[in-house]
Amino acid sequence: MLEIRDLHAAAGDRQILNGINLTVNAGEVHAIMGPNGSGKSTLAGVLAGRDGLEVTAGTVTYKGLDLLDLEPEERAREGVFLAFQYPVEIPGVNNAYLLKAGLNEVRKHRGEPELDAMDFMTLIRARMKLLEMDDTLLSRPVNEGFSGGEKKRNEIFQMAVLEPTLAILDETDSGLDIDALKTVAGGVNALRDPARSLVVVTHYQRLLNYIVPDFVHVLSGGRIVKSGGKELALELEEKGYGWTETEPAAASA
Amino acid sequence: MTQIATGAKSYAAQFAAFAQSTPLPSALASLRDDAFNCFDRLGFPTTRLEEWRFSNVTPIADTPFVASVTAPSYGQAALDALHLPELDGPRLVFVNGLFIPTLSSTEGLPPGVRTRSLSEVLVNDPETVQPHLGRLARIENHAFTALNTAFLRDGGVIEVAEGVVVDAPIHLQFVTTGSDGPVLSQPRALVLAADNSQVRVVESHAGESETPYLNNALTEVVVGDGAVVDHYAVVREADTAFRIGGLFASLGRASNFSSHAITLSGAIVRHEAGVVMNGEGGVCTLNGLYLGHGRQLVDNQTTIDHAQPHCDSHELYKGILDGRSRAVFNGKIIVRLDAQKTDAKQSNKALLLSEQAQVTTKPQLEIFADDVKCTHGATVGQLDEESLFYLRSRALSEAQARQLLIHAFAADLLSHIKVDAVRHQLDTLLTERLPVGAGETDHH
Ligand SMILES: Nc1ncnc2c1ncn2[C@@H]1O[C@H](COP(=O)(O)OP(=O)(O)OP(=O)(O)O)[C@@H](O)[C@H]1O
Ligand SMILES: [Mg+2]
Repeated sequence: MLEIRDLHAAAGDRQILNGINLTVNAGEVHAIMGPNGSGKSTLAGVLAGRDGLEVTAGTVTYKGLDLLDLEPEERAREGVFLAFQYPVEIPGVNNAYLLKAGLNEVRKHRGEPELDAMDFMTLIRARMKLLEMDDTLLSRPVNEGFSGGEKKRNEIFQMAVLEPTLAILDETDSGLDIDALKTVAGGVNALRDPARSLVVVTHYQRLLNYIVPDFVHVLSGGRIVKSGGKELALELEEKGYGWTETEPAAASA
Repeated sequence: MTQIATGAKSYAAQFAAFAQSTPLPSALASLRDDAFNCFDRLGFPTTRLEEWRFSNVTPIADTPFVASVTAPSYGQAALDALHLPELDGPRLVFVNGLFIPTLSSTEGLPPGVRTRSLSEVLVNDPETVQPHLGRLARIENHAFTALNTAFLRDGGVIEVAEGVVVDAPIHLQFVTTGSDGPVLSQPRALVLAADNSQVRVVESHAGESETPYLNNALTEVVVGDGAVVDHYAVVREADTAFRIGGLFASLGRASNFSSHAITLSGAIVRHEAGVVMNGEGGVCTLNGLYLGHGRQLVDNQTTIDHAQPHCDSHELYKGILDGRSRAVFNGKIIVRLDAQKTDAKQSNKALLLSEQAQVTTKPQLEIFADDVKCTHGATVGQLDEESLFYLRSRALSEAQARQLLIHAFAADLLSHIKVDAVRHQLDTLLTERLPVGAGETDHH
């Protein structure tokens, strides 16, 4: 599914990623943890095609494609989805309109017919229910005036509608209270599928109680310094990140 | 090369012939003579004048424009091709400034409303317009106003009697088409809304021409006490064309006037709105949406004169500028000594789609009263990169994403447009027809 080899990336003249190696197979859930500023969002951004990040070395292969060669929208149409750490407020752009336009682009790309308004609404209603979303959020401008929790919920709702094959969730749990966390995790789990892979960026092991990862990686200084199973998250919770940095880098998964 | 007389001097012979062939009652004839004398004395404005500092009209001064004597025949199909708002209600249609009865209609107007051509009124009923023409649009210091008034001939006259509410918007369509040479079109509109009446007036200015033309149009609106007037000027001139427009209004007590200046195309488009708040408790809204592309110059000038207390004025102008286009916004607010409790807000926001596009904003506040609220602001920005990335990460193409954000930028202005036909036209234009590359390329 996804094969990251020796990935180096910089923003401006600041080198942020320093040789990431990571393999994600279909159906797997990988958690990425690590201290503030370690490069987690940068990695997510490079995968989604964020402007301003320059890949200075390495390769990323996704479904046999050179991912780094694709425009952000081409990646999205190929099934890459990024749930933003900080979803953008876009006044004047209707949430439902964006979703319908996006979904139809994805469908066109897959050679499927575009959905008409009726079929779209049916799909939307089902997905909103899954995430216990308030109806009114749909008719509002994208994220404008949404609470922190509503924004995160909206990201997963979009994911549920676009049905990606590789979803990268960047701190989707931060800002969620425990009930919202359960709902969002429930939504994510409902989308788990042998053909769908998840990369979950988080600071807290709490989320991983609900979305149980197959692998946990610790990112520090732009490298994966430790990898393990789900028990690694518990260990990190207990001891903090400090101890990982002193250990020899067990980089590639 | 043969020398063609240009500049103000070239209009003397045209004026003499025109004045001789078009008789007017004496009061209006002398207004016309005064107007020409003013024009002759002032000449076309230069950038040495403060009000014209950023707007160079040399191309207008250098072109020998000639007023049409008879209107060319023009069919509905040609009008449709100009993408005018699809208004099928009451309308007065003008080609090259001259009224075309066969394309016009008064259907759907309730009793108490009269729409007539100025040419007809000047002959049959000059008393109706005599007290108003030139009263708000002053000839003394404005060459284009003087030029229009000197060639006073045709236009639309709308009268709404006291207390009458007109549901259907009244459409004034001004079409200019160049044939043999540079055409001078100088229509006028006069809207007289008596006390407590309500009316919507949509002016569409459009044209088609390979040769440049000048559409120098003037509108005067008298808003009675308690009256509500909602006015639109939709300008979609040919890319070769020049358009100078003036909108002058006086507001009665507790009246409500709004005007929307929408500039879509034209080589040089200048729109001046001048409003005098003449009664207590009046509310005035001046909104503007302007698009610039190529080497277009779009100039909006507003003056709101708070002459009476307890009046509110709101101005919101927004520009979307591509290519090497330039925009000017000059917003003057005068608050007279007696105009306590004035609340005036003004803002101009520009979205620059290319690196060469430019906007100049100049607020001018002249405040003589002490218990007032006046705010003004200006912003200039580009499309937000993070928003673009967000939309593209949701599978939208870059072009779609840009289009959505451009439309979003104008969304609040669009929502204030209450005439559906006008709003739909702009919606379509902003979602389908606007150039949306990564900044328009320059073909010059
Ligand atoms: N565009 C940029 N220009 C300069 N520095 C940047 C840029 N983007 C990120 N950085 C820096 O790179 C480092 C890694 O940032 P990143 O956002 O990837 O961290 P993170 O692991 O996601 O942190 P957090 O846990 O706080 O979300 C930080 O020090 C950040 O300040
Ligand atoms: Mg981050």
